[in-house]
Amino acid sequence: MLQKIYKKGFLALAVTSALGLAPLAHADVVIGVAGPHTGANASFGEQYWRGASQAAEDINAAGGLNGEKIKLVKADDACEPKQAVAVANRLVDQDKAIGVVGHFCSSSTIPASEVYDEAGIIAMTPGSTNPQVTERGLSGMFRMCGRDDQQGIVAGDYIIDVLKAQKVVILHDKDTYGQGLADATKAQLNKRGVKEVLYEGLTRGEKDFNALVTKIRGAGADVVYFGGLHPEAGPLVRQMREQGLTATFISGDGIVTDEMVTTAGGPQYVKGTLMTFGADPRKIPDGQAVIEKFRANGFEPEGYTLYAYASLQALAAGFNGAGENDPAKAAEWLKANPVATVMGKKEWDSKGDLKVSDYVMYEWDEQGKYHQK
Amino acid sequence: MDGIFLQQLINGLTLGSVYGLIAIGYTMVYGIIGMINFAHGEVYMISAYLSAIALALLAFFGLESFPLLILGTLLFTVCVTGVYGWVIERIAYKPLRNSTRLAPLISAIGMSLILQNYVQISQGARQQGIPTLLDGSFRFAIGDGFVQLTYTKVFILVAAFAGMAALTYIIQRTRLGRMCRATQQDRKMASILGINTDRVISYVFVIGAAMAALAGVLITMNYGTFDFYAGFIIGIKAFTAAVLGGIGSLPGAMLGGIILGVAEAQFSGMVNTDYKDVFSFSLLVLILIFRPQGLLGRPQVAKV
Repeated sequence: MLQKIYKKGFLALAVTSALGLAPLAHADVVIGVAGPHTGANASFGEQYWRGASQAAEDINAAGGLNGEKIKLVKADDACEPKQAVAVANRLVDQDKAIGVVGHFCSSSTIPASEVYDEAGIIAMTPGSTNPQVTERGLSGMFRMCGRDDQQGIVAGDYIIDVLKAQKVVILHDKDTYGQGLADATKAQLNKRGVKEVLYEGLTRGEKDFNALVTKIRGAGADVVYFGGLHPEAGPLVRQMREQGLTATFISGDGIVTDEMVTTAGGPQYVKGTLMTFGADPRKIPDGQAVIEKFRANGFEPEGYTLYAYASLQALAAGFNGAGENDPAKAAEWLKANPVATVMGKKEWDSKGDLKVSDYVMYEWDEQGKYHQK
Repeated sequence: MDGIFLQQLINGLTLGSVYGLIAIGYTMVYGIIGMINFAHGEVYMISAYLSAIALALLAFFGLESFPLLILGTLLFTVCVTGVYGWVIERIAYKPLRNSTRLAPLISAIGMSLILQNYVQISQGARQQGIPTLLDGSFRFAIGDGFVQLTYTKVFILVAAFAGMAALTYIIQRTRLGRMCRATQQDRKMASILGINTDRVISYVFVIGAAMAALAGVLITMNYGTFDFYAGFIIGIKAFTAAVLGGIGSLPGAMLGGIILGVAEAQFSGMVNTDYKDVFSFSLLVLILIFRPQGLLGRPQVAKV
């Protein structure tokens, strides 16, 4: 068993990542795919890119945007706000993009969307859930996912109704997304009369949370809620188990990647971890044909892959519905009309939020896979 | 609450001992050529990748027993990382030996960026991980609480202190150590007395890299996960530890690492995790106000 894992690891390391930019056929309109294509959260960037690439291929085969072909451009923000603004400017000035699928980290999406708003182009984020993304009155900012205030309610209710927890610890990573999500969950718990026993932030990029874990142990927690991403969530849950802490670990949509198992050091540590995420898009009948295409190419469309696919579909529907490749008109059209996407029919309100969000609870099993509960 | 306090002490000691191992690289290089090797954090990061590659290779050839596996990994990682240390000095610092003080500093920052990007391109940007090598833990009941100590942590403490002891022996008792100390005291005089100081400087880089490699193997074993950016935060912490203990002083680096680790753990345990870094850096500022040379550093004597 151990040997098998090593063999796999060896091959993975030996085969260096030769995943360059896939050259697309000469095309007319540019859409940016912005997200963390490098850095600690690169697995989400890969989900975005795979999803959007497949969507572009399918849309181009069906006639493109008002007869013009889509050309995707990769924009790497590494989940850093400063870099996000830089790549947003590049997409606008150099690549002359008319639409963007992105970004991922809310702390990147928020500053980048200001750039898109100024340039008058449309952006659809597959995965940024912080409320502020759509709360600033930008006319061209949409999202394909729910909001953290909705996600927090689902998590908070679950902690009270299903887990019947008495002592809840709330942790976050001090980032816009992580802290926003933790605060939303905290608000729901407090509203229902449960006061957390500990509320603290850890530092992104660190790996040692042993001191924090000991403190949680001292607080006698039976549920630990973490608002943040998998590079921190993995080591955190591992160190909890290593110190003999059996409290239930719950997080949000920031850990929806198989890398969660890698960062935790094995499925034995993630077993029983809970997380909130939109109802599994792979189970929606509308998308089965597309899902088969991904699997035929050897890629499991997990996490945000189908969200990215659907985001590009929605942008394309907007442009085609408006009858011309004008971002302002496409945005107007999207706010008035529903779109049939790979994830089912979607409708947006005047802010650019989805009219219906569908957060549910997932659980990781001993094989290191997650299932809708 | 005794159990909690003791557990935090153990958390701090394991963290601090690896800070100390990396701090040695900063302090030795500063002691001998008076520059801060900002690429040292990246040397640690490379050693983390190397240890995963070594583990994969050894397992590929059918090695299963833990002692052999870890020994082979250590040997491979320390040797290859040592070569990295030597090459970095040759390429980035040696040509600048007689230029202004600022030049090697800039070249160190450049080296750090090059190494990060080189690993990112060659190994991919994804998070890497290794499976758990040493499962299980000791559990001691203390009062109404308990202390849980994984075998891995015991191994880290033992290996880190053994590494530090071996280094102290080399510096204090061997010919190589005597040459290092002589070069540190007065490079010109040492070379007049027949010491090849360029070679000694190379050795110092290799020793520093080897210590970082030991830390790399231990950290990778303990946390099981790393990426190409992993050297940054830990490099800064280790540098802080070196300054805290007195940069240029070997026991100072070890002491500084342990004080920093324990202070961080106890502060986040008793007060707040959000501000643990604020606390450690305030501690650093306070110590530097009252002892500008660091805890065990020697005061600078102006050379005429």
